[in-house]
This record gives sequence, structure tokens and C-alpha cells, in this order.
Amino acid sequence: MDILDLLKSLLSLSLGDFIRRNFGAGPGTELLIDIGGVVILSTFCLLIVIFLIWLTRKIVARMQDRIGPNRVGGRYGLLQTVADVMKLLSKEVINPAGADWVAFNAAPLLIVMAALLMWAVMPFAPGVIGVNLNIGIFYILAISSASVMIILLAGWGSNNKYALLGAFRAVAQMVSYEVPMILALLVPIILASTMSTEGIIAAQTLPFILFAPVSALIFFVSSLAETGRTPFDLLEAESEIVAGFHIEYSGMKFGMFFLAEFLNTLFMSGLVVTLYLGGYRFFGLENWVSADGYPYGRLIGLIAFFAKTFLLYFIYDWVRGTLPRVRVDQILNFNWKFLVPLSLSLVFFVAIVDKLIPPGTNVVVRMTIHLLLNILIAAVALELLRRRGRQNRLAMSAGGGSGGVEAVAGGHGGGHDDHSHHGPQPIEDVPDVLDTPLGAREPVVIPVH
Amino acid sequence: MSQQIIFFILAAITLTSAVVVVTIRNLFHAALALMVSFLGVAGIYVLLEAPFLGMAQLLVYIGAISILIIFAIMMTRRLMQTSESPFNSQAIGALVGAGLALAILFVVIIRLYPMAPGDGVGQSAMVVDPAILQSSVARMGRSFVSAEAYVLPFEVASVLLLAALVGSIVIAWPQRGEEDNQ
Repeated sequence: MDILDLLKSLLSLSLGDFIRRNFGAGPGTELLIDIGGVVILSTFCLLIVIFLIWLTRKIVARMQDRIGPNRVGGRYGLLQTVADVMKLLSKEVINPAGADWVAFNAAPLLIVMAALLMWAVMPFAPGVIGVNLNIGIFYILAISSASVMIILLAGWGSNNKYALLGAFRAVAQMVSYEVPMILALLVPIILASTMSTEGIIAAQTLPFILFAPVSALIFFVSSLAETGRTPFDLLEAESEIVAGFHIEYSGMKFGMFFLAEFLNTLFMSGLVVTLYLGGYRFFGLENWVSADGYPYGRLIGLIAFFAKTFLLYFIYDWVRGTLPRVRVDQILNFNWKFLVPLSLSLVFFVAIVDKLIPPGTNVVVRMTIHLLLNILIAAVALELLRRRGRQNRLAMSAGGGSGGVEAVAGGHGGGHDDHSHHGPQPIEDVPDVLDTPLGAREPVVIPVH
Repeated sequence: MSQQIIFFILAAITLTSAVVVVTIRNLFHAALALMVSFLGVAGIYVLLEAPFLGMAQLLVYIGAISILIIFAIMMTRRLMQTSESPFNSQAIGALVGAGLALAILFVVIIRLYPMAPGDGVGQSAMVVDPAILQSSVARMGRSFVSAEAYVLPFEVASVLLLAALVGSIVIAWPQRGEEDNQ
């Protein structure tokens, strides 16, 4: 027991080694270290959300030309969220009449559990990781697919048809956007040829965003939809409807859904950093070990990781503060008709090209080839979008000419190519394949009131 | 030793929730119990040093199949408020079936037991080469596409899934002229 040793271990994030040195290595010590790690990690995750909510409110307020929280806890309102948490905790526990008690009360607990479980494979610094699974990414996907189930549980358990409808919509959105997300994740897995999060970071001598910018963008967009944030937040569109699947929840039970959402957003930022921005890598400094054997580089790695993660988190908030909300048909059309084909072809071509590059090629050469491939795919996709968009605009302006009507690009229920039933028919020259990924296969003409 | 304790906990969770699935009246709760049972099985896979299988269990059974079951329950009217007893009067048939399954399991386990690692119950922990564990996913992927291993079943399964996908689209596709009704 040595105070200096303890301090140095704390500073170099190697408390486990300190415990092993002082208590002797053995299964009991390992159990103690594991339990301590779990407690520290989950407490950190739960507490950081308080800060995240404050940060989001401040950032979005500034973007909307407001000041944001500025009363509780000094000029910057630092304690506003703490006060909010106190308020939520002191609220009455309400169980709606006819609610399914088990499902209604299990859902908020389970959703926080699922959000916390994912952090187990997040590498914070070299060696600072809950567990280095060799199937880390797969583990994350498995947990996040289980959280779809929990939302259904909450919606059904509330005994409220609006909650159930909200849950169905949430499930439709999450299940749909899981597809491009998984496909985009395959690209860094192919590049690193491992599913371990630490392995992917170790493979990034150059950050993978230089190899696979398109994949990073697809992942970013689909993670926005997965976490239900703007522009895909119509499930709980705060300015339009009361709430989605969690409409019957109040007090801290509601707070737990909120907590899980913010935690998932931070996790997604961390995952983007891990997969595409080199994670905790900082010019090799993260592996620095001092002369007396303390790996102080871990602290540098931790700082680098959180700097990158909060930069990403700021971008998520930036999107939240600036982009308008999209409609539900636009969400699904954008996913199935644009993101999924794009990510499928991306995975296909990246796998082939990566196999064609002989092993041992200089990393810069490899990066350049991949970057060119990405630019090519992006250019083709944008060109297709441009053509479809122009066809659509032509059709719309022709439709607008018939007086008093506004053409709205929206998907129509059946999804069937039969043009002859929709009001004025100026779009005969548009081929049947007209099918913009961002809108409808044909403009639906609705009267303006 | 600790492996045995965890195994018994997981087995208890799996079996208890499996019993709940078939005895409880509320169908929704039965589906939830089924999920807990699946989770227990996933835990046993992880305990057997097959984390990929465990996560696949989680992804497929809880993430997909349970959702399908729950959707089916929710879409079926009056199924939710059933007051009928989940028991039927086929106790003899069930007994015969269970007895047969037990007999088969008994024979199989007696045959396989000498091949299990370790020389006795609780004597030695299962020893698996860590190098194999680390590359298990890569080895599995290779054996899926290698001609000596499972490439034919893998491709047949892919074609089957594709056929199911095409079939579901054909069923969901509206007939010509049906659009007027929408």
C-alpha cells in the first residue's frame, strides 16, 4: 500500500494492476476488479447523461438564438439537469389503468440496461475496455436489436393505442435502419478483418474515414434514425405530438427512456470514433509507458477518445438543431430505396477491391484505392439521385400548372405503378421506373386549402 | 467450479421460464417468458465459449423471432384475453413423448460423455485452445465458403431465404386494379 503508487496508478488508469500488485493475483482479485470496473463504468455512464442533457440544451439553444438554461447553478445553468432529475425522482409513480404491470415497469429498466450493456465493448484507451470480445461489433448489434423488443414492450404494456402505434412506428424505423447500419459496419470489419473493437482501432494506422467516407456517412445517418434523433425523431416529435411509445410514462420512468436515448447517442458517437476516426489513437502517444512502468499514455488515449467523441456528439446536436423533421414515408423510402442499395453495393465493391489489393501493399496506396472507389460510388449515387430528382421536379412543375393544386412528392400506400388514378395526369412521359429514393415514385397531387 | 454454479443458475432460468411459457394464461406474458428462456440458452452458449453462437441466438431469437411472435399475438384479436386453461387432456401422449426424448438424450449423452474433455465431473475445467477461440469467427466464415466444408448447405440456405423474400414480396404486392380500394 503506497499512496504515491495509488496516485500514479489512478493517473495512468491502471488501477487493476495496482490491486493485483497489492492483493495478489487470483480469481478473487479478478472478480473484485471486474465488479469494480462494472460499477465505475455504469456509474460514469449514468452521470455523464446529466452533463449531456445540459450540453444539448445549451448547444441547441445557441443554434436557435436562445440562451438556454441559465438560472440553476450559476450563469451557465450547470445544475439545471440535476434539478430536473430531482423533480423527476420526486414525482408520483403512476400506473395507468389496465396497463400490463410487468411489461410497463420492466421496459424502462430494460432499456437502460440495454444502453449500458453496449458500453462493455467500448475501448476508452489502450487496455481500458470492459471486455475485449472478438465479436465486439456483433455483440453491439445483438444488444441493439434486443432494444427494439423493449420498445414494443413499453408500447404494448401502456394499454394505450397511441403508445402502441408509436411503438409500431418505432419498431418499423429501427428494424429498417438496422439494415444499412449493419451493412455500413461491414466495411470497417472488412478493412480490419476483425470484429473486435480494439482490433479495429489497432488496424487504423490511418483512420478508416479516409478509406470509407461513404460507409461512415451511411452509418452516421442510420445511427441518427436508430437513436431516434432529428431529422428522424417523428416518433416523439416534441413540437408536434406529446410523445411516442412512452406517452403513458411519467416521472423517472419517463426519465429512463430519455436517459437511454442520450446514452445511446453518446455511444453511437463513440462507435463512429472507434470505427472511423481511430478511436483512442493519438499519434502513438497513447501507448507511452513511463520509465517506472506506469502506462500514462492511457490518459492521453482517454482524452483523445473523449475529445473525438464529444466532437461527434456536437455534430449530432448540430443536426438536431438545424435540420427539419422528415415524414414517415420519406424516412422509409430514403432507407429502402437509397441507403440499402447504396450500402449493399458499397460492401460488395469494397470486399472485391480489398481482396484484389495484394497483402503488404503500402497503407497509403491502399487508402488511395479505397478512397477513389468511394468517390466513384458516391458520384454514381449522386448522379442517379440528380436524374431522378430532375424527372420528379419536371413532373411536379407540370402537375402544378393545372391550377390550385400543389404537387407533393410522397409515397402512396400501395406502391404500385398505375398512373391513371391520380387527378390531373401530366406525367405520361415519365417512365414507370421513375422512383426517386428521396421521394415518391410519382407526385401525388393534393388540393391546396 | 464457478462454471458449474453459473451453469445451474442459467439452467434454472431457462427451465423455469420454459415452464412458465406453457402454463401461463396471458399469451403476451408467455412470449416474454419465452424470451427469457432464449436468453438463458444464449448464456449457456457464452459459458461454452461460443460467444458468436450466443450473440446469434440473441440477435435471431430475441431480436427477430420474438418480435414476430409478439406481432402475431398483437394482431390476433381476442387472443389476448383468453381465459381458457393452457392445459389440455393429453397427459399420456405428453408423457410418452417426454419419455422418448429422455431415452434418446440418455443414449446420446452416454455415448458422447467419454469424448468430453476432462477426466471427471468437476475435476478439470474445459480446456479450449485460446488461439482457436480468438479466430473462431474467421474459421467459421471460411468453412461456410470452403468447398470441403459447408458451401453447399450455405448456398442452399441462401437460396431458400431469397425464395422466402421474393415470396413475401409477391404476396404483399397489390393485384392490378386493387389500388382503387385503398
